[in-house]
Amino acid sequence: MKSKVILIDENHGRAALLQQALLDAGYEVVAVIHDGDNLLAQLEQTPADIIIIDLESPDRDTLEYLTSIHQNHPKPVVMFAENDDSDMISAAIKAGVSAYIVDGFNTARVKPILEVAIARFREYHAMRCELDAVKNKLAERKLVERAKGILMSHRGMDEATAYHSLRKMAMDKNLRLAEVAEQVISISELLL
Amino acid sequence: MKDNHINRRNFLKMGSGIILGASAMGLSSFRSVAYAAGNTGLEKVKLSLGIIPLTDCAPIVVAKEKGFFSKYGLDVAISKEASWANIRDKVSIGALDGAHMLAGMPIAATLGVGALPKPTVTAFSMDLNGNAITVSNDLYERMMKADPEAMKSSSTSAQALKKVIDQEKAAGKEPMTFAMVFPVSTHNYQLRYWMGAAGINPDQDVRLIVIPPPQMVANLRANNIMGYCVGEPWNERAVEMGIGRVIATSYEIWNNNPEKVFAVTQEWAEKNPHTHQAVIMGLLDAAQWMDKPENRMEVVKIISAASYVNAPEDVVKMSMTGTFQYTKAEKPKDLPDFNVFYRYAATFPWQSHAAWFITQMLRWGQITKPLDIKKTAQSVYRPDIYREAAKALGLPAPTIDYKTEGTHKAPWSLTEATSPIAMGSDMFSDNMVYDPAKLVKYLAAFKVHNMQVSIADLEKMNG
Repeated sequence: MKSKVILIDENHGRAALLQQALLDAGYEVVAVIHDGDNLLAQLEQTPADIIIIDLESPDRDTLEYLTSIHQNHPKPVVMFAENDDSDMISAAIKAGVSAYIVDGFNTARVKPILEVAIARFREYHAMRCELDAVKNKLAERKLVERAKGILMSHRGMDEATAYHSLRKMAMDKNLRLAEVAEQVISISELLL
Repeated sequence: MKDNHINRRNFLKMGSGIILGASAMGLSSFRSVAYAAGNTGLEKVKLSLGIIPLTDCAPIVVAKEKGFFSKYGLDVAISKEASWANIRDKVSIGALDGAHMLAGMPIAATLGVGALPKPTVTAFSMDLNGNAITVSNDLYERMMKADPEAMKSSSTSAQALKKVIDQEKAAGKEPMTFAMVFPVSTHNYQLRYWMGAAGINPDQDVRLIVIPPPQMVANLRANNIMGYCVGEPWNERAVEMGIGRVIATSYEIWNNNPEKVFAVTQEWAEKNPHTHQAVIMGLLDAAQWMDKPENRMEVVKIISAASYVNAPEDVVKMSMTGTFQYTKAEKPKDLPDFNVFYRYAATFPWQSHAAWFITQMLRWGQITKPLDIKKTAQSVYRPDIYREAAKALGLPAPTIDYKTEGTHKAPWSLTEATSPIAMGSDMFSDNMVYDPAKLVKYLAAFKVHNMQVSIADLEKMNG
């Protein structure tokens, strides 16, 4: 029987990535919840073996309580209580993911599912970082262009000289080119 | 306009000189950090401390923003966390150095209640009081109708709720849902205490759920829940919006009850004793500063910011400046002790408080094996570390670790201290007396409970 997984993640892109990876690995994703409103009702309607949740979701505390009343209702149980693999837990927390399992679900079956989740969360994070880096680079290039423009129009420099003065200043002051550019711009904003 | 332009051009001619000045400014801010790092004795200077956006995260935030941490050479970054579970897990694995925790959390983390066991300690209590129980207007009306006499006092108001519950049971209705914030939260124990005192069994007569504090008000408005117990600003928010009424503050359930603590893992405390002491000294300075009424508005301004509590100043102010509003129709009432940060030995980690939380964890079936209550309390609550920090600052500290609760109706003086400390009342709403010398007897006296451990087994270990 396929293990049934519920994903709780506000981030649609990441949830889609993980959902696909879980499907590829042969699991059944029975629900993807982006919004924690009525979380308990949603969980009651959809029986699952394991819940994978974004660590930054406030709904973690709601799941925690289900673990404390399991003697009355068969409900998800926090994996941390069942699994003494603390390296795995640490890796999961660092990747930003947490999991809760339904009472009785074999803990040995949790590990591969959580591994898929950790890998996807990391992959998504790396993608975001890369995107941010590209955006930053672009933004930095724009700053340098603007600073060059200011030097050219107000100091009568040609483009190459303007660029070289910025670079020289960056080296002299042990700052990044973009930082020098930013200072030129902010000072020109202050004074012009 | 034209003159101005010329002036600007002239200024720019001095360009490189100005840029040089600016970069020197930029570097000096880096240097101040480097100076702090040179401070002797601290095992760790750069710390990441977790908070949950509630008004009582204030001691940590104020210690950072008012420079009390940097005064002792610490460079603290505050990490706003989305859940108590995150706080617990991140402290456990060392992703956070320490955090704002519910008073019962370090005990639960140490015992492994709801998590892998991780020995956790607290040497600093962050505040007393600060929570309240709010019910929907509709439930309030039904309670008034059921028992107007009981509704005259917050301590007996649960009796009116009991009557409403009995009526609904007779009519075959589903149990009502109430919310609190975490399984081992003070809110859970306060709500259960208030209900239990009126003969309501919170595990059978109502349905209790956990909802993150910022979502409480919306759930009350949507009728998903009939009431909740939460910290501020989430009670006053419902009052201000006119969708709920505060029926009891935690102060009224237990005068000057312990609320949040600053906690670290035992491993961290052992590795970083000087840094730990510096953090507590910074928090002690902050707590003293904050408890002065004239500083409370500045506290409100600081913590209301988007990076912290992220709530309107007017709402945060409602509980922080000595008054409390129970319902929109009435004026705020005087309640100077709704938030206590320093006075009444509020910052001292009483082992008797830890033991009280353990009795409640046993009472409600969260601890399922018999244990030595005092020994556990002693391993988690660390007045020894507190006293070192207080001594370094020349502040008075209690010389005892346990105190009785429920025997002082009026202010009193604690003489078992390095110098006498003015204390507040400590009554429970049901007039029970908590004597930490008779823990098992205290526990056995609760009529409503969901104990999973027998009194006889507990007596064997707590003789």
